[in-house]
Amino acid sequence: MIVHARLAVIKGIKLQEWILRFIFGGAVCVIAGLIAHFFGPLIGGFFLAFPAIFPASASLVEAHEKQHKARAGFDGTNRGRIVAAIDAFGTTMGCIGLAGFAFVFWIWLPRADLFVVFALAALAWLVLSVGFWLLRKKHILHR
Amino acid sequence: MHLSELIARFLIGGIIVSFFAVLAEMFRPKSFAGLFGAAPSIALATIGITIAGHGKSYAAIEARSMIYGAFAFLLYAASVSFVLIRLKARALTATVILMPIWFAASFAFWLILR
Repeated sequence: MIVHARLAVIKGIKLQEWILRFIFGGAVCVIAGLIAHFFGPLIGGFFLAFPAIFPASASLVEAHEKQHKARAGFDGTNRGRIVAAIDAFGTTMGCIGLAGFAFVFWIWLPRADLFVVFALAALAWLVLSVGFWLLRKKHILHR
Repeated sequence: MHLSELIARFLIGGIIVSFFAVLAEMFRPKSFAGLFGAAPSIALATIGITIAGHGKSYAAIEARSMIYGAFAFLLYAASVSFVLIRLKARALTATVILMPIWFAASFAFWLILR
């Protein structure tokens, strides 16, 4: 399947789902800052890779898929669970990109301009995430 | 830590995490959309504020720990995917029950790093 974006999905997101994500995201950023403040950057840094939105996203993916099947008159319980599992597997590929993002920051931040480091780190995340996803998609990682 | 910094972290974090969550909703196939579940949203939201308050060296130490946090996240997400397929658990149940994997792996990495 070719990668594509469905803009219409944005209209289907309920207000409480927006609020849930906003509060979760904001709260985790505050908590990460407080942990670094009280326990130091070595411990605080781990929370920059905390799975902040992952539990909420996985359950929303499952619920949306279930609703989609229910509208067609089917029980979408199994389908919802499988799609959530596929989504979680994609997240594991994204974690490799996340580690690459952090690696670029760790190596280059003390010696380069902040904006250059931001751009390089974002590029590292994109290339590694999509690269590993493509390798997995083409079954190269299976061999 | 000042209240203004906490408010800035909350607002910027909320916006950036919501942005990546929406990207995850928009993209198909779902395995590709899952990549955005591990987007560096918290880091993007907070590293700028951290550098402004504590300097680049402090942020670089955080980034080093973040590498290990990302591998802890990988273990956690892979476990969730496995449990959803093999044990037929609900997504919310699996993600919440397995969250200690992230904490345990991070703690193990911290023991190595300190």
